[in-house]
Amino acid sequence: MGNIINLSKVSKIYGTAVKTQVLYDVDLAIKPKSFNGIIGASGSGKSTLLNIVGTLDRPTFGEVEINGIRTDQMKKNDLAKLRNETIGFIFQFHYLLPEFTAFENVLMPHFIKGQKFDKRMNDRAHELMELVGLSKVKNNLAGNMSGGQQQRTAIARALINNPRIILADEPTGNLDSETTEVIYDLLRDINKKLETTFVIITHDRRIAEKTDRIIEIKDGRIYNDFSRI
Amino acid sequence: MKLAFRIALRFLSSNKGQTFLITLGIAIGISVQIFIGSLIEGLQISLLDTTIGRSSHITIAASEKNEPFNDYEAVLNQLSNQVEKMTPTLTGGAFIKTDDKTNQILLRGFDLASADQIYRFSEAVLEGGRLPAPGTNEVLMGVTLSEDYNIEIGDTLEILSPAGQLTEIKVVGFFDLEVAAINASWVVSGLDLSRTVFDFDENQVTALESQIEEPFDSDLIATQMQTDVNREDLRFDDWKAQNEALLSGLSGQSTSSLMIQVFVVISVVLGIASVLAISVLQKSRQIGILKAMGINDRTSSLVFLFQGFLLGILGGLLGILFGLGLLVVFSKFALNPDGTPVVPIFINYRFMMLSGLIAVVSSTFASIIPALKSRKLSPIEVIKNG
Ligand SMILES: Nc1ncnc2c1ncn2[C@@H]1O[C@H](COP(=O)(O)OP(=O)(O)OP(=O)(O)O)[C@@H](O)[C@H]1O
Ligand SMILES: [Mg+2]
Repeated sequence: MGNIINLSKVSKIYGTAVKTQVLYDVDLAIKPKSFNGIIGASGSGKSTLLNIVGTLDRPTFGEVEINGIRTDQMKKNDLAKLRNETIGFIFQFHYLLPEFTAFENVLMPHFIKGQKFDKRMNDRAHELMELVGLSKVKNNLAGNMSGGQQQRTAIARALINNPRIILADEPTGNLDSETTEVIYDLLRDINKKLETTFVIITHDRRIAEKTDRIIEIKDGRIYNDFSRI
Repeated sequence: MKLAFRIALRFLSSNKGQTFLITLGIAIGISVQIFIGSLIEGLQISLLDTTIGRSSHITIAASEKNEPFNDYEAVLNQLSNQVEKMTPTLTGGAFIKTDDKTNQILLRGFDLASADQIYRFSEAVLEGGRLPAPGTNEVLMGVTLSEDYNIEIGDTLEILSPAGQLTEIKVVGFFDLEVAAINASWVVSGLDLSRTVFDFDENQVTALESQIEEPFDSDLIATQMQTDVNREDLRFDDWKAQNEALLSGLSGQSTSSLMIQVFVVISVVLGIASVLAISVLQKSRQIGILKAMGINDRTSSLVFLFQGFLLGILGGLLGILFGLGLLVVFSKFALNPDGTPVVPIFINYRFMMLSGLIAVVSSTFASIIPALKSRKLSPIEVIKNG
């Protein structure tokens, strides 16, 4: 089976005058439907790597393929379309739009996709919010919800367009351990049911234990790669 | 498109205080622009009206000064479809004798029916008077003239032509044409009486006077008439040639009014541009999130163009209301001693619509820079820096 994400010899160097190399010739292949964890010390380059995979950032050298398509040379607007349709993001600081309600935030990727909003979409949004346990606060403005609720809204939002890939950067970073547990079980569930590929950065070893594969980054290189499947 | 509009609307409505302030800024600018423009326009219209409202725009007279010309009816008939209001007049200096004195006046013989369209004598006649009947020796007299010489309605006087001929006239009324020189010198009669006094022929008049729809075209129309009539013995004078100082005053006023309006609009544009530029900074987090979720650059810049557009509509409408309010207040409180407004306010709906349009166009224009900023914003900046 082909890889849904494929990085070959990816390097990232920041700065022009003072150059800081953050990633060194990283080769990484991710299988479809897999649930992957990325761990590593602070500053090791995890977020940089994930942002490159997510096409938010470009590698200085090397090639990136998503779904078999080269992305490192693509135009900005084509990348935007690709992100909208194939990648769902869950960031550490949830990043909702405070001007919109939780429900509207969940639907935002669908609106961006530019397709009509019909009964089927409405039902799907409600189902997703049910799935993440937010039925009660659907119509709250995003700013008027607890951290955990915002995080779960962000998860529902990442799922709305049925993306093949979900990239999460410490999605439970600022949540208590109980909520963290609940959210991971939720993500794992989605992975099983919807066959979505997950790449999740986490500090939490306990969480990492639950993944199919653990990739450890050290000083911008893959230091350890342990797969259970 | 639709999404950009929705987001723009939500950004504006979720920050009501700021939206209100910008709208108010635009509205005040536009209302000042409307106020100044309308005031100057009203001023010019009333000035123009006093200057040429009751006078001839184009005067056809004999080339030789103070002489009558022949066959005026042929000219009148020929031009009657070009000009709406045209009246023949037999005018000349004469004297009236009161008691022991002889006083110089201007005897203006008119075809009163058509002359009334230009001079509106019937409105200007004072209480107790009436228009002279044609074919009689009845006259109207300027109100100042009557006061100067103690003349009363019903008085019979003698008028002396320069040639020395004496004719008896009967005063049937006084008029006030609101011009001191006219009130102090004009004696108005029918054509026949004037013809008798000056001893002219049946087909002679001293001038044909006319008013046209577009007074500012008078020079062109006068030239056209001259070509059409094609008579060597006539000259065609238009009011513009005789009022150059007034015209250059008016055009100077228009220019300075326009300058003020332009600067007001520029300051409005700068204001909106700077506020919207700040709002791009405020909203950069949201724009970054939207871009990460796949919004394209066009939509992200449209969000700000629409904000400018919506603010322009709001500010423009409010500005028109404020402008009207200012004009009403001004016309109520800035009064002459006699209670009439200092400047008669002229409400020009096309001008107001234009101002509204300027508000919309200029605030949309002002949002171009913020829109470009939003377009350039990269999601990674936001994701990394929070
Ligand atoms: N624009 C930049 N210019 C220079 N250096 C940068 C820039 N952005 C990131 N870095 C550096 O790149 C390195 C990797 O950053 P990255 O955010 O990927 O780390 P991380 O592994 O996600 O850390 P954490 O666990 O703390 O989130 C860090 O040392 C950081 O200082
Ligand atoms: Mg990080």
